[in-house]
Amino acid sequence: MSRRERLAEEERYREWKGPYRSYDIVKEASIALGAVLALVLLLTILFSSPDEKPSTVKSWASSMPLDFVTTATTELDGSSGTGSYGPPYNDANGSVQHAWFLHPQRWLGISHPINTAQDFVLAPLRAITGQPALQAAVTAYEDAPSSQQSAWTTAYEKGLAGKSANATASGTISVAQGNYGPLPTMMTGLLRFAQSGGLDGALLTSKQFYQTDYTKPLMFMADGGLLAARAQTDHLLGDQWGMMNETGSYPGQVWLWLYTFWYQITPLQGQNADLLVMLIMGALSLGLILIPFIPGVRDVPRWIPIYKLIWREHYKATA
Amino acid sequence: MTTSTSSPTSDERSWTAAVRSRAVEALPPEKLLPDKQPAYVASWIYVFGVLSLSSLVVIIASGSILALKGPGWWHFTGIGHFFNSMHLWAVELFFFFMVIHLWGKYWMAAWRGGRARVWITGAVTFLIAIPCALTGYVSQQNFDAQWISTQAKDAMNAAGIGSFFNLLNFGQMYSYHVLLLPAAVVGVVVAHILLVRRHGVVPPFDLQRRRELLGANGGGPADDGAPR
Repeated sequence: MSRRERLAEEERYREWKGPYRSYDIVKEASIALGAVLALVLLLTILFSSPDEKPSTVKSWASSMPLDFVTTATTELDGSSGTGSYGPPYNDANGSVQHAWFLHPQRWLGISHPINTAQDFVLAPLRAITGQPALQAAVTAYEDAPSSQQSAWTTAYEKGLAGKSANATASGTISVAQGNYGPLPTMMTGLLRFAQSGGLDGALLTSKQFYQTDYTKPLMFMADGGLLAARAQTDHLLGDQWGMMNETGSYPGQVWLWLYTFWYQITPLQGQNADLLVMLIMGALSLGLILIPFIPGVRDVPRWIPIYKLIWREHYKATA
Repeated sequence: MTTSTSSPTSDERSWTAAVRSRAVEALPPEKLLPDKQPAYVASWIYVFGVLSLSSLVVIIASGSILALKGPGWWHFTGIGHFFNSMHLWAVELFFFFMVIHLWGKYWMAAWRGGRARVWITGAVTFLIAIPCALTGYVSQQNFDAQWISTQAKDAMNAAGIGSFFNLLNFGQMYSYHVLLLPAAVVGVVVAHILLVRRHGVVPPFDLQRRRELLGANGGGPADDGAPR
């Protein structure tokens, strides 16, 4: 269709000059509102809504103590998911993504700084009072050269991964003999502190009395295995199309089906998957908005005459 | 003492009179609240627009009750859980109706006849509703919120959005969910409805005209370039 013909058609469709029928917009809106309200009430009475209790650092340290201690050790040497993440938490590279010349994560920088060793382990341990041996162990660790600290954490992580390693809900940790420096004392103190619920509060402590930012405790817990284990049970993992699922058997964010679809495609499962999917969805969203101006896409409704079904009464009357 | 005797006719130079005049010209009362509509508006597909709007009303009403009592209320009271359930199902229905409404309007090519802005505001409503729902999910203060926020943060961070839109910050997400994003949704929906009322519902494709052009072209390409 030429530009002139399209403009002529635009004019033809601008205003309807054919027959009208009576219509009560207020009545229609009232009936629709009543019907939707009734449907919502019916669904509410029949199905209610899910509300699974949140995990806490206390519940994590009590139900998976070995996982907690292993995670805390990786926080100490910075090899955890958070410690190696990169912006907006620190200047590492582990989770930094880019696409072609686009480095938005790096460009926006560190806006929520997290020092995993200090924030998740050392500062909470310093908050424990009445345990001089524990404080002496923390001092010994802090005063040691970084190469020595690294040697201790590496050895301890190996020990915790060993078959004989164990940690209990009563706050004891057992690993094979090794040169771990002050780490066993520190980690036992941290495990017991977490199991008592003290670490939940310590991680939330900020510069002010009121607190609404849960970035630190959530990042710490996400580095461990408890959240992922619960998510797997509730089919919420990425490879379970979890983005559009909900706890229990409830429908979740079903409208994200296309977003989560891209993650199931092998070429988009690499290091830069999130950014690539965001770019694809951004382009598609822009395309959705601009459909009236995109040749081809705007013409499909003419080519596939579903409109004949929608307006069949009109076409029957005017045939 | 003297009293002014102003004329009852309005001052044409007044900004107020100018705005009123333009508003009434664009949307006279019979267009804003019509009691007649084109005869071709006779299909079930037209119902999904008003159903989307009705769902939005239920979302805002149930959400307002939840907001009145604060974010923790629904976790420990039966009545709170009831309103949370209403909020959830109204959201599910809102998206369901809105997606059908969007598809219906696509197949009608509802942007014809100078109605591109109607389509654009509808599509933008759908796109703003997605983060509006996401911020609700991460404001729930339960396991769902913990898992969704810790997973979705990676996409936000990768795109640089995470530096100013932190899914793990409950306070920020709650503000977005109960004020900023709903205000945006309602604002765009109001614009959408006013545009629909101003331009009217898009007329059907003119088959008669199409047949005439086909005849004039001797069976060549139709005016719309549609394949035969």
